[in-house]
Amino acid sequence: MKARVFITLKAGVLDPQGKAIHHALEGLGFSGVNDVRAGKLIELDLADGTSDSDIEDMCRKLLANTVIENFRIERLEDA
Amino acid sequence: MNSAVIVFPGSNCDRDLAVALEQVTGRKPAMVWHKETELPEGTDFIGIPGGFSYGDYLRSGAMAARSPIMRAVTDAAARGVPVIGICNGFQVLTETGLLPGALMRNAGLSFVCRPVRLRVENSQSLFTSQYDSREEILFPVAHHDGNYQADEATLDRLEGQGRVAFRYLDAVNGSARNIAGILNDAGNVLGLMPHPERVIEPAHGGTDGRRLFEGLLATVA
Repeated sequence: MKARVFITLKAGVLDPQGKAIHHALEGLGFSGVNDVRAGKLIELDLADGTSDSDIEDMCRKLLANTVIENFRIERLEDA
Repeated sequence: MNSAVIVFPGSNCDRDLAVALEQVTGRKPAMVWHKETELPEGTDFIGIPGGFSYGDYLRSGAMAARSPIMRAVTDAAARGVPVIGICNGFQVLTETGLLPGALMRNAGLSFVCRPVRLRVENSQSLFTSQYDSREEILFPVAHHDGNYQADEATLDRLEGQGRVAFRYLDAVNGSARNIAGILNDAGNVLGLMPHPERVIEPAHGGTDGRRLFEGLLATVA
């Protein structure tokens, strides 16, 4: 069983990397980009039967820093 | 004073900290590898050094914060043993939860490496008793992720309780309220991005860091 964990900065947390990417996009001539926020994607290959709460525990204890980051879990059942 | 310096894979200021401690206290600190589960008997001061523990994988300090020795450090901190986290050590302490907030990428995105002016905001702490109130001092910084952030309520609490130990006089990395170093609620845990251990003797270009260790020695030993 596979799962993906998306880690994003909380709203209101300054994202200097997102800002730099935004500027670079504008420099390349892409107009109409209002904002950029950068995050992380972590792919987990898990034993069958790993529960949602186990994955949430992994996120809280290590994968995300919940002071500044949110996480979202997506299960890929057949992958 | 029986000091211990924690060493992670990728620590690179552990020797600087050890030399500073030995010079000031007259005793070599124990160098404790991150895989240990206990601190040496009688440890009465713990230093978490700067560097790039675990290559800054995932987040600066994140992996180190979950290493076996940090449980012993957390237990010792709860018993009141003084703990200092410098640079990467500060990042480890926030990731461990011993200090509030988080250290994010510098606002200017560049690695900042230069001496910076600081103000001692709390000269009553275990670590700052040898400084004058609101004294201005010079410590070097060398970091990429020193941008201290916490929610407004936390920042207000830190300010209100005198837990902002050091503040940058000029903007260095985008830190909220120019915070350079903070104390925990009990006052025995200090985290700071600048490097006091790098300004110990005149050959370093300054000696402002020496009094931090002298203050500790006076209190602990």
